Amino acid sequence: MLTALVFAPTAVALLLLALPARTPLTALRLVWPATAAVELGLVIAVWAGYETGGGRQYEVRARWIPSAGVGYHVGVDGLSLPLLALTCVLFLACAVYSLRETRRVRAYAALFLFLQTTCLGLFVSLDLILFFVFFDLSIVAMYFVIAGWGHRDARQAALQFFLYTFTGSLALLLGFIGLYLAASPHTFDIVELTRQNPLAGRSAYAALVLLALVVGLAVKTPTVPFHTWLPPAHTEAPAAGSAILAGVLLKMGTYGFLRIAMPLLPEAWRRYALTLVVIGVVSVLHGALVALAQSDFKRMVAYTSVNHMGYIVLAVGAAAATADTSAQARSLALTGSVTQMVSHGLITGALFLLAGVLYERGRTYEMAAYGGVAALAPVFAALTGVAAFASLGLPGFSGFVAEFQIFAGSLGPRPLATALAVLGILLTAGLFLRALRQILTGPLRLPDAPGTPRAFPDLRAHESAAVVPLLAGAVVLGITPRFLLDVIEPASRTVLELVDR
Amino acid sequence: MGDMNENPLDILPEVLLAGSAVTGLLLGAWLPRRRQWLVGLLAALAAGGGIVAAAVAASRPDLTAFGEAFTVDAITGTSRIVVLGAVLLVLALFARPFHAHPRESEAYVLLQLSALGALVMAGTQDLLLLAAGYLLASVPAYTLAGFRKDGPGTEAALKYYVIGALLGVLMLAGITLLYAAGRATGYPPLGPALPEAPRALVAAGAVGLLAGVLFKAGAVPAHFWVPDAIQGSSAPAAAFLTTIPKVGALAALLRLGETVLTDGAMPWAAVISVVAAASMTLGNLAAFFQDDVKRLLAYSTISQVGYLLLPVAVAGRSVLAQPALLYYAAAYAVTNLGAFAVVCALPRATRLADYRGLVRHRPLLAASLVVCLLGLVGTPPTAVFVGKLEAFSAAFDGGHGWLAVLAAVNTVASVFYYLRWIVPAVSRGDGAAPAAEDGLARSVAYTAAAISLGLGTAAGPVLPVLGGSLAA
Repeated sequence: MLTALVFAPTAVALLLLALPARTPLTALRLVWPATAAVELGLVIAVWAGYETGGGRQYEVRARWIPSAGVGYHVGVDGLSLPLLALTCVLFLACAVYSLRETRRVRAYAALFLFLQTTCLGLFVSLDLILFFVFFDLSIVAMYFVIAGWGHRDARQAALQFFLYTFTGSLALLLGFIGLYLAASPHTFDIVELTRQNPLAGRSAYAALVLLALVVGLAVKTPTVPFHTWLPPAHTEAPAAGSAILAGVLLKMGTYGFLRIAMPLLPEAWRRYALTLVVIGVVSVLHGALVALAQSDFKRMVAYTSVNHMGYIVLAVGAAAATADTSAQARSLALTGSVTQMVSHGLITGALFLLAGVLYERGRTYEMAAYGGVAALAPVFAALTGVAAFASLGLPGFSGFVAEFQIFAGSLGPRPLATALAVLGILLTAGLFLRALRQILTGPLRLPDAPGTPRAFPDLRAHESAAVVPLLAGAVVLGITPRFLLDVIEPASRTVLELVDR
Repeated sequence: MGDMNENPLDILPEVLLAGSAVTGLLLGAWLPRRRQWLVGLLAALAAGGGIVAAAVAASRPDLTAFGEAFTVDAITGTSRIVVLGAVLLVLALFARPFHAHPRESEAYVLLQLSALGALVMAGTQDLLLLAAGYLLASVPAYTLAGFRKDGPGTEAALKYYVIGALLGVLMLAGITLLYAAGRATGYPPLGPALPEAPRALVAAGAVGLLAGVLFKAGAVPAHFWVPDAIQGSSAPAAAFLTTIPKVGALAALLRLGETVLTDGAMPWAAVISVVAAASMTLGNLAAFFQDDVKRLLAYSTISQVGYLLLPVAVAGRSVLAQPALLYYAAAYAVTNLGAFAVVCALPRATRLADYRGLVRHRPLLAASLVVCLLGLVGTPPTAVFVGKLEAFSAAFDGGHGWLAVLAAVNTVASVFYYLRWIVPAVSRGDGAAPAAEDGLARSVAYTAAAISLGLGTAAGPVLPVLGGSLAA
């Protein structure tokens, strides 16, 4: 089941490339959304068959490279299932959004389908090398998306993205090899390594491995100070690419903390958790402050991603504090971090797609070039407003549920850090309100660079069809989060038990 | 070992190759120019037969032949299959450019003789035979480097020859010293004798010996010939020079490190790891701003040899070393040949900018190029990824974690120049299709890219075969 879910998009991508050149464009365009819809159906089926609180399910284990300790081992649990669903939802939204894409449609769709395989594959991997394979391939696919379909300076941004995240992935690989060699018998299997806890009592070794893992995952997340690749990559990437990059690819880093770093290196994680708390808070504040200073709408959204990922890092760091805090609070923080991943994926995905709409109309992301757009495009204005409010964590949206859990869970163990991080909410509120005021209200102003159409048509059907479900999802999660939390909570309790070993 | 084994069937792949080379030389003298491709066909048959024979031999227990001078074990078996497989691919690359060439049959014969030298280097466990293999691998290769008889080709051959001759003499001197120190040239008696011998003598001998073998491997500091020889010689010859002799030399190095020059006799791990570090770093740094594709690949091969030396450095210290080296060598050979095959397929495109728009005219060729270049970076699921994974693991396991970290840093740096080539190839071009094309080379590129992917995903059954123990 999972194997089909993961590899079906790539199979379709290969088919798509093999279709004869005379295939009508409409048919080519429809293949991608159709596949994405089927994928979403599959993931819903997986969710329906998932037994809440039943631990790892749908497990498949096959020999791959046994002599190197590498196996094909996949499965889902409460950590990965929400992210799988998020991936499928976002890819469907991007497929619908890209219905009107005109540049090299076939290759574009094939790349995204392949990218979907890498994302789904990463979230179901229960083997470090399998995880790494998908991690690395996601970089390659995203590189081509940015370089091939991005804006003016896309090459440069794509190169920077590749070099940064590839460096991170190699650090990760070194960490994995460290774990592999520590285990006996040598293995890359995550479940087996979790059981063995091979680095227990070897503090220096464990610290080095943890350093490699954290650097690798922090680059991908990204946290300060490894975040500098993110703004250019986002600014230059096409809208759908940005949505996937922020919505799904960033989660690979934070998911790695929960899936690999915490359960496999519990002692080292507890010892150095404070560092992560600090990194998290710095990311929250730095991301928000720098976002505040942006005049470019997309860049601003990109920096808020750094801010939002900071909350997650804060939560996973705070959850490791064992002294005199209730397990319930720490579990709350972890659950909040997974909820935040899903929530951020939906909301930022919507924001980036809306940024794409803005760019498509005016050929620039400069906020100062726009004004009073609400009068011309009420639907666009309404959705942008909703997305912005959702992103700044207003109650009723998923972001509120997530951030509330993170703060409530982290306040006990790390009061000072949490208090500082709450300031981030204020800053994001300020910057989003400022952006909304600038773009949507006031006298009408549209960029008039040569070649831009003067009119600002409202959202087209396919654009609305992509954005509205994402925001609707954020609202549903904000009002009735129980069905999601029921899945996550047992898994986060399991992670905590493993950390406390 | 009891009786001396002189059964020529034990070295059937080598015998086949030598026989086909000699027959080819005779045939070439009689065949009309348009029919000389028959010599190439004969060579391909010999290589194919050799692969089968090597596979059969690999399924049998290890043995030594000809007074323990030659051993048939996992190292020999894998090197045979890799070298002969590479010969097949290179023959296909030779076929079109050398078709009806006045010296067509000579090209095939030289190729086979040089490959035979590589096989001898890989399989021998006697210093004298190693020297013979070195000469056999080198002399025909000098000729191939200058085969076009043009300015750059002559320069390439001259540089290659002068450095090769110098380091060859050093190697012979080193062998003499080691003989003096250990009173034997065979590895089995030499191994235990050297730790007892005067250290200075062993060290001087080992340095001389390494000079020659590292020259064949194209590693720093014996790498000076690589860029000029590769850029100056024709693309098919360059593909050959950067692949086949290297495999033989690396296999020989691994054997030396495991049995003769172990840490008891000299600081083997320290010496090789410094060479490895220098190779990967200098190769990468020099490759950064190259604009000529062959020169870029030449520097890339220097850095690849650096990674390949990782398991050699920990030979004898980690059980992972041998499978890591053999697997990586196979992965490197096929991936590197794939990249060169793309160069051969587009003989007019010599600079990176000439590849602009390749994806529009030849999407499959562009895809093969991307697979091979990303493969050289070590992106999963290509074969080099598994090779690197194994090599890094071996280095960590052998206590040389710093080397693996350095290799990882270098890998990141190498992404930069490989991308400089990938980017124009996959971006939109100005419309003009490449002028001259070599269809056969194109299929070699497809094949190599497919093998690279297939070997990477099917590493499971391959790796255990490579871990076979050394014949004592």
